Amino acid sequence: MDGFQEQLWVLLLGGLLGLELIGKVPPTLHTPLMSGANAISGITMLAALTLITRAGDNTLLLILGSLALGFALFNVVGGFLVTDRMLTMFRSGRKRSGGGR
Amino acid sequence: MSSAELFQGGLDLLAVALLALGIKGLSKIRSARAANQLAAAAVAMAVVGLLVSAQPTAVTWVWIAGGTAVGGVLGMLTARLVPMTAMPETVALFNGCGGLSSLLVALGVLLAAAGDGLTPSLLVLVSIGFSIVVGAVTCTGSVVAMGKLQGWLPTPGWMLGRWRHGCNVALATVVLLAAVLTVGGSGDALWPLVISASLLGIGLTLPIGGADMPVVISLLNSYSGVAAAAAGFVVGQRLLIVAGAMVGAAGLILTQVMCAGMNRSLPAVLFGGALSSASTGSKGSGEYTNITSCSAEECALTLEAAERVVVVPGYGLAVAQAQHTLREVARLLEKHGVTITYAIHPVAGRMPGHMNVLLAEADVPYEQLKEMDVINPEFPAVDVVLVLGANDVVNPQAKTDPESPLYGMPVLDVQEARTVFVVKRGMSAGYSGIKNDLFEHPNTSMVFGDAKQVLGNILGELKILGVGQR
Repeated sequence: MDGFQEQLWVLLLGGLLGLELIGKVPPTLHTPLMSGANAISGITMLAALTLITRAGDNTLLLILGSLALGFALFNVVGGFLVTDRMLTMFRSGRKRSGGGR
Repeated sequence: MSSAELFQGGLDLLAVALLALGIKGLSKIRSARAANQLAAAAVAMAVVGLLVSAQPTAVTWVWIAGGTAVGGVLGMLTARLVPMTAMPETVALFNGCGGLSSLLVALGVLLAAAGDGLTPSLLVLVSIGFSIVVGAVTCTGSVVAMGKLQGWLPTPGWMLGRWRHGCNVALATVVLLAAVLTVGGSGDALWPLVISASLLGIGLTLPIGGADMPVVISLLNSYSGVAAAAAGFVVGQRLLIVAGAMVGAAGLILTQVMCAGMNRSLPAVLFGGALSSASTGSKGSGEYTNITSCSAEECALTLEAAERVVVVPGYGLAVAQAQHTLREVARLLEKHGVTITYAIHPVAGRMPGHMNVLLAEADVPYEQLKEMDVINPEFPAVDVVLVLGANDVVNPQAKTDPESPLYGMPVLDVQEARTVFVVKRGMSAGYSGIKNDLFEHPNTSMVFGDAKQVLGNILGELKILGVGQR
């Protein structure tokens, strides 16, 4: 019970932190922000890993865990890379002429 | 506590801090890219910590490697190959997979306990039920959202009628019943729970109009955070709970911002159905009269003589892949001494910020992009406005006609400018299906044709005129 209560506190404080972190975002960044936050939600891959490591020799669990890991990793890897791809495009005109592309 | 567990605990704490800094950094242009990498590093660190602490056996390593290889490679390829115009769909797809992962984890934990003849504690069972429902709704909802944005899935007619809410209420009741039974320890209710929750995700998303889909994706993004937090409760990992809660809360804020930009309330988006021309007041509908049209050549001549030009890009521009041609036109005019800025409506493109990404892809410096509030007071001093593939966001009805469904939506006041060119394929209505008074405005000339073709013609004409070629 104590562990659960502690987890509820963690949930509450994490949620409040999330509300505070995104106060003023320029519209330019809404799409990358959504995509980046989405990549972070792929952190369920940790739960998938835990499932696999606790599976022992239960094949069904290994398959389920591996599938869960694959889907979550697709979310994480794809999400972070595509966000990075979007963000590399935001360059200022000054930097561009100076940088000599 | 073993030293490996201490190591994991330390890494987890560091990861939470980095994730929070990452989300914060993503909200500023200068720090955004580094922040994204920081968040990625945080996830990688958490994985290392978990693997060090859990010490997988050789067999489990094989399964881990399998899942990693397939998911990682597919993710990498998708991220690299997907066109920028399809960004909203891509986010939806990633999101759906995250939800599916949470669903699978919850299923696995439940099946593992059943296999061992154990009953998990009530709290864990509640978490599992929650994780299954949210995960399933996120997954099927995201896939439907993706299908709608791609144009694969039209809304079936019966979904718009009264069947829609009845159907969803019935599904939600089944979900609730099955969830209670599952939490109560009945294994038989598990599959009905998974299936009914999946159907509910479809039922909730399918009737929503394509124009509102970005809001739905943002909301589903928030759900997938909640699903991750629920999975964290299931396996007892605090890091997942914090990260999931942060993403869930941040997603809600972003959803609100998007709704505000479209002048839609969240309940109206979720339950109201698509805006339709049928609901338009008598004043707003009807045929167009007094349309002036001109050729690309005339348009080029006017542009050449202008001092200040504002471009209003819309999704039609991106679909026609015309942003690069636009950039060429802008380059010539700039060399000629014309000042060019781009007016970006908060929901230009298919989601807020989407247009900025598309223009950035065409090498438009972001200093030239002006937000609506900045550019609106400047329109009276603008010589030429070039509207490319945008419609509803430049409809003056939103300010002048209280009867219009668009009334109250923030719009760009382009009709204040001296001359307005609207490049458009034909006289069809915009996304909302509402007539645009701008097209009949005395200062407005329509240039009919595909955006890329028209811009190509303008470019050719400018070259013939010797604009920007000293």
